Amino acid sequence: MATVWIPSPYRDLAGGAETVVVPGATVRQVTRNLDEAYPGFWERLVDPERDRIRAGVTVVVNGISVGYALHEPVGENDEVHYLPAIAGGV
Amino acid sequence: MTTVEERNYKVIGTRPIRHDGADKVTGRAIYGIDYHMTGELWGKILRSPHAHANIVRIDTSKAEALPGVRAVITGRDLPVAADMELDDGETSINTAHLSNNVMAHRKALYRGHAVAAVAADNQHIAEDAVALIEVEYEVLPPVLVGRDAMKADSPLVHPEQTTKTMSYRFDPGTDTGQKSNVAGRTEMRLGDVEAGFKQADVIVEREFFTNWVHQGYIEAQNATVLWNNDDSIQVWNSSQGTFNQRQLMAEILKHPVSKIRITPQEIGGGFGGKIPVYLEVPAAVLSKKSGRPVKMMMNRSEVFEGTGPASGSQMVCKMGATKDGKIVAAYAELVFEAGAFPGSAVGAGAQGMFTTYNIENILIEAYDVVVNKPKSAAYRSPGTPQTCFAAESVVDELAYKLGIDPLEFRIKNAAKEGDRRADGVAHPVMGNLECMEALKATDHYKSDLGGPNRGRGVASGYWGNAGMPASCAVSINPNGTVSLAEGSPDIGGSRVSLAMMTAEAFGIPAEDVVPIIKDTDSIGYNGLTAGSSTTLRNGVAIAQVAKQAIDLMKARAARLWETEVDNVDFADGIFFSKAESELKLTFKELAAKLMETGGPISTAASVAPRGAGPSFSTHIVDVEVDPETGKVDILKYTAAQDVGVAIHPSYVEGQVQGGAAQGIGWALNEEYFYDDSGRMVNSSYLDYRMPTSLDLPDIDAILVQVPNPDHPFGVRGVAEISIVPPLGAVANAIHAAVGVRMQDLPMAPHKIVKAIQEKDASSNGAG
Repeated sequence: MATVWIPSPYRDLAGGAETVVVPGATVRQVTRNLDEAYPGFWERLVDPERDRIRAGVTVVVNGISVGYALHEPVGENDEVHYLPAIAGGV
Repeated sequence: MTTVEERNYKVIGTRPIRHDGADKVTGRAIYGIDYHMTGELWGKILRSPHAHANIVRIDTSKAEALPGVRAVITGRDLPVAADMELDDGETSINTAHLSNNVMAHRKALYRGHAVAAVAADNQHIAEDAVALIEVEYEVLPPVLVGRDAMKADSPLVHPEQTTKTMSYRFDPGTDTGQKSNVAGRTEMRLGDVEAGFKQADVIVEREFFTNWVHQGYIEAQNATVLWNNDDSIQVWNSSQGTFNQRQLMAEILKHPVSKIRITPQEIGGGFGGKIPVYLEVPAAVLSKKSGRPVKMMMNRSEVFEGTGPASGSQMVCKMGATKDGKIVAAYAELVFEAGAFPGSAVGAGAQGMFTTYNIENILIEAYDVVVNKPKSAAYRSPGTPQTCFAAESVVDELAYKLGIDPLEFRIKNAAKEGDRRADGVAHPVMGNLECMEALKATDHYKSDLGGPNRGRGVASGYWGNAGMPASCAVSINPNGTVSLAEGSPDIGGSRVSLAMMTAEAFGIPAEDVVPIIKDTDSIGYNGLTAGSSTTLRNGVAIAQVAKQAIDLMKARAARLWETEVDNVDFADGIFFSKAESELKLTFKELAAKLMETGGPISTAASVAPRGAGPSFSTHIVDVEVDPETGKVDILKYTAAQDVGVAIHPSYVEGQVQGGAAQGIGWALNEEYFYDDSGRMVNSSYLDYRMPTSLDLPDIDAILVQVPNPDHPFGVRGVAEISIVPPLGAVANAIHAAVGVRMQDLPMAPHKIVKAIQEKDASSNGAG
């Protein structure tokens, strides 16, 4: 199962946890399962109209930015981060 | 100087003359303003003289009546943009804000905000016409400082804007309903910062201030635009990303992206400031209205007041360490002034702030605050020079209080592969410690300062770098040269770096590659020339197109040798038979036989690379301070930077030196100086003091090469990180020289004199 690092502003949704372990073979599955275990994440992270991670968010899997597509694969022991796309100042 | 690792390359690592060198040094290079069309008009913007004002009425009738005026527009001539977040290269941008920044709709939000524009037969008529436009303003009180803007009784830049709690910029969040200039708040928390500070034997907490600074590119923004009768739009301009600007124009103008073509001209500097669109949109609308091509170019005051500088900031930084020199906790509160619209680089600044060190307990609270100043834009490692100025000053003070050499203190706490950043992401392979060790080994570090009132400062820095998509195409020419088509405007020597990687892949000299930068209809999508990503991402595409072409050429060799393609291999520019050793063809020889073996060969690839590879850098600087006048002279400067693999070392060294020079200017001289009404009073290069060659010594660049394992040529971004350490390094050197901690940028002479006087008064009082 993947280890999800909970974005600091959202840790109240996960009982204050810094990380949680969630099943899933794609970003979609991991995010959906995260939301089922701790409701509120799907709404915050996913743009329902465009069926993708919200503009301005970068998903990072094992330290590598994989962008915003929900179909991106996640491995059995991968680390998943949801970070603001912050290079910024544009 | 190069350290750590050198691979066995033939072309990479050499220093050929850049392909655009002759054009650049002879003045024949075509910059945006050099492009001309028959019948073109000259456009001019009318800008708000007020920092904050409702636009009550605009009367353009007198301007329209002036002979030679062909079109006049206001914000009403632009479509109403959707209020949506749009992916924008490295980040996202709100399209309504973008449109409103290009041309004010109902409110002028900063002095210099565009409120109307004209197109006329020549520049003089255009300027006269702009002066005839009558605008009735209801002047409002401006708010100019982030912390002031956060107060409950502050004037509101956007009266409808409310603060959302627990919010990233992208988060729908929990709307408090509280009207506020705080556009966003984010935080990064690692470990338990309260528990961490309890472990600390020494704690330092300081407040820091940085002023607005401009990228200082020489070439002003310009654009020539034709809105044709078939509703196609053509743009010739100077930008850091044609595809990005095409998308932004499409969103603002509500026009199909396929009907906009942007042809990049040479660019005279950008450093992040030429990512947004400014003139392109009003020029397009003026062209549509007049039926003629329209050229526009900003003057220097417009560049200062009407484009996007780097944010000013107010920051609190607190760090704690044990008496044996281990940093155990770090806290920061960051307030960044975004300017008139949300979207400062505070998030990037937060990510980079403590990242050079392995600290287990971190809390960073970051606020993006709107004020009545121009919308901030990217500037070389956006946000991070400010935050690392604060962090590196406090790190230095901790080392001083603990009696530990500041470089040794940094080495002891240096982040290494596997250590975690404040946002929890583990560091990949990188050369942070290697940079520090390289500096420690220099003669500079070991040398004597040689006089009174002299001091040596150290500071480190981090920048994450970016990936972004890229597309390239190669064509094999009959004479054995290769034409390389790419789509990234060349700011810092990317033509030659891309040509060198192409040459390396084909086993030919760099001079045998012809790099051409194409327009948006002639090559696949390319990301920004930003994020230190151009050489990195195009290198991935080049590796792919080269492999495709070489595979096709192997088949041609097999045809010539009447054998199976599996019997043909390629190495070091030679195609050879694995079965018969006498069968060999050089790349050039086989290229000459393409027509007789099936015709020409060209290949193309589009990629979206991942694993940009972060940059780390540590700088040392010697200064001499005149305690009577506060003047600071930079005596000696050395910068060590992890550059992955230096494709063309001269241009990598140039990036290191250029960033250091800009950082020194940010540290000592540069600032937007505003009066109380929100008017910038130093909007020219006479009064906005950038360092010149007379202010700087030679800057010694040490290229530490820790290859990026996720890149075919080991490349990691090199262009931005070098501006991060200088601010802290200079501040720490001033402290070492005269014993005062400077926490307010720029460290201008009068501030230094005042700090020395206060220190002396305090000492006398204590004595």
